[in-house]
Amino acid sequence: MNIEVFRKFEEKAFYALVGFLGLVALVGFGAAHYMETHGHVVTGMTNQVVWGIPHVFAIFLIVAASGVLNIASIGSVFGKPIYKARAPLSALLAIAMLAGGLAVLMLDLGRPDRLIIAMTYLNFKSVFAWNVILYTGFFTIVAVYLWTMMERKMKKYTIDAGFTAFIWRIILTTGTGSIFGFLVARQAYGSALLAPMFIIMSFSYGLAVFIVVQSVMYRWIGLTLNPAIVRRLKNLLATFVAAVLYFTIVYHITNLYFTKQHEFERFILLDGGVYTNLFWIGQIMLGTLLPLALLLHPTKGENCVYVIWAALLVIIGAFAQLYVIIIGGQAFPLDLFPGMSQSSSFFDGVIHGYSPTLPEFLLGIGGVAIALLITTIAVRVLKFVPHDDFHHITPDGSD
Amino acid sequence: MSNNADNTPNDKEQPNSRRQFLGWGMAMAGLAIAPGITLFDPAHGRAPEEAASSKVRWGMLIDSSKCATGCDDCVSACGKENGFSGSRETDSQWIRKVEIKHLPAGHSHSLPMMCQHCEHPPCVDVCPTGASFKRDDGIVLVDRHICIGCRYCMMACPYKARSFVHEELHDQNPDVPRGKGCVESCTLCVHRVDRGGQPACADACTAAGHDAILFGDLNDPSSEISKRIATLATTQVRADLGLNVGVRYQGI
Repeated sequence: MNIEVFRKFEEKAFYALVGFLGLVALVGFGAAHYMETHGHVVTGMTNQVVWGIPHVFAIFLIVAASGVLNIASIGSVFGKPIYKARAPLSALLAIAMLAGGLAVLMLDLGRPDRLIIAMTYLNFKSVFAWNVILYTGFFTIVAVYLWTMMERKMKKYTIDAGFTAFIWRIILTTGTGSIFGFLVARQAYGSALLAPMFIIMSFSYGLAVFIVVQSVMYRWIGLTLNPAIVRRLKNLLATFVAAVLYFTIVYHITNLYFTKQHEFERFILLDGGVYTNLFWIGQIMLGTLLPLALLLHPTKGENCVYVIWAALLVIIGAFAQLYVIIIGGQAFPLDLFPGMSQSSSFFDGVIHGYSPTLPEFLLGIGGVAIALLITTIAVRVLKFVPHDDFHHITPDGSD
Repeated sequence: MSNNADNTPNDKEQPNSRRQFLGWGMAMAGLAIAPGITLFDPAHGRAPEEAASSKVRWGMLIDSSKCATGCDDCVSACGKENGFSGSRETDSQWIRKVEIKHLPAGHSHSLPMMCQHCEHPPCVDVCPTGASFKRDDGIVLVDRHICIGCRYCMMACPYKARSFVHEELHDQNPDVPRGKGCVESCTLCVHRVDRGGQPACADACTAAGHDAILFGDLNDPSSEISKRIATLATTQVRADLGLNVGVRYQGI
C-alpha cells in the first residue's frame, strides 16, 4: 500500500476507533446516571447479592492493571531487554486499566456524588480505605515511572522508580485480595490465601491483556512481532495460568478438608447452576486447560495467532473466575445457625438469585472502554510502540 | 504554712463564715439531690447536648421460647416506626423473623433477627469513610451524611442485618432519616432510647403479650437484662466470631 494512502486510512481508522470507544464510555456514564437517578433497583443487585457485574468488571480491570505492570517490572527491575522495550506500554496500560476499573467502582456507589467524602474521610482500619491510598499512590508512582522511561534526563531514575512501582503493585493487589480475604462473615472469603491468589491472578490477567493489546498495535501499524518475543511471552503466560490453577486447587482442597465448608464447596463445584458451569466450563476449561494446551503445544504454541487466542481465553476465564468468586460467594447464604435449617422473609437459608441488567453491564463495559480509550489516544500521541533492539535476542528467545 | 493560717481563725468573721458555710452547704445538697430527682423523670433520657456514655451498653435479650411462630408484630412495629415495608429482594428489612429447625431432631424455633450491635462490629471495621460507627453506649449506626453506598459493610456483616436503599423514599418519619443510595440497619430505635423509651419491637412484643424481647442496660448489674443473662443460659449468634454482640438469645 502507498504510504500516503495508508496514513489517510490509518487516520480515519484511529478517529473511528476513538469515536467508538468514546461512545461506549459515554453509554457507560449514561447507564451510571440512570442507576443513580432511579436507584439500584434498576440493577440486578439486591440486599442479598450486593455486589454485581460492575464489581466483576472493576476488579478485573484493577487486578489486570497491577498485573500488566509486570512486563515493565521484569524489564526495569530484572533488566531483561525485550521486556524493557515494552515497559512504557505496560505502564500506560496499568494506568489506563486502573482508571477504567476505578471509574466503574466509583460510579456504582450508592452515592457517587460523595467522591470527595470517599477521598477525605478515611477509616484506617478499612481495607477499602487502604485501597484508596494504594490506588492513588499507584497512579502517581507509575506516572513518575513512565516519565523516567520517556524523558531522557530522567532515565537514571528508571530502575528506582520501577522497583518502587513493583513493590507498590504487590501491596496493591494484596489490598485488592484482602477486600475479600478480610471478610469473616462469608464462607467463600475470609482466607489469607486470597491475597497471594489475587497477585498471581493479576500476573495472568495482566499478561493476557498485554499480549492482546500488543498484537492489535502491531497489526494496526503493519508490523510482525518477532517469534522469539511471542515464545517468551507465551511461556510466561503458561506459567502464570498454571500458577492460578494451582492456587484454585489449593483453595478448594482446603475447603473440602473443612467439614463446615462442604456445603459451600458442593454449591460451587457440583450443584450451583450458573456458578458451577462458570467454574468448570468458564474458568477451568476455557480459561485454564484450553489456553495451556494452546500455549504448550509443541507446534501451535509458536504461532502468534494461537498465542493471541490463548490470551483471549485467559481473559474470558478471568471474568468467569471473578464472577464465581464475587457473585457465587454472595449467592451462597450466610449460615447463622450451623446445623439448622433457616428460613425468613429476608431470604435466609436459600440460594440468592442474581440476574444482571443492561445498565450495570453497560457500566462495566464503559470501564473497559475508558481503559482502551486512554490507551488508544496515548499510543497515538506518545511513543508507546515497543522498539526492539533485535541484536539482544537470539532465535531461541534468550537474551 | 497554710495550716498555721487555718489554725488562727478570725473571731470577728466567724458568724459570717457560718452563714456562708450553711448557705454553701444547702446549695451543695441541692446540687447533689437534683440529678437524683431527674432520674425519676424519664427513665433513661438524657439531654440532647449530652453525649452517649460508655457506662451504658444497650442490648436485648430475646426469649425464643416466648416468640410465637407466625407472629411478626415486632417486624410490623419496626416498619411503622422507621418507615419501611415490603419484602422484595431490594426492600430494606431491619428486622426479620427467622424460623430455624434443628435438622436431626426436628424441633424448631422462631426468633427475630436484626443488627446484633456488636462490641467489635465488622461493619465498622470495613467502612472506608467511618460512616458505620458504634456509639459509646454500644448502638451501631450509619452516619447517613458520609455513607457513600459502597455496601462493603453488607459484605462484612455476619448477620445479614444491613439493607441498602435501592430507590427513592417518600413519607419518611422525621425521627428516622433514610436515603436512597445509603446503607441502613436497626438503630435500636435510638431516637426512642435517647428520650428514655425502648425500641418499637420490644414495645410491640410486650403489647402482644409475648414479652419475648427484653431491652436494657447490659452494663448495669441491677437491670433485669443483666440479671437474666447472669442466671440463664443465653446464646450469642455466631459466637465463634467473638464479636460480643449486644443482642442475646435464650431458648435456642
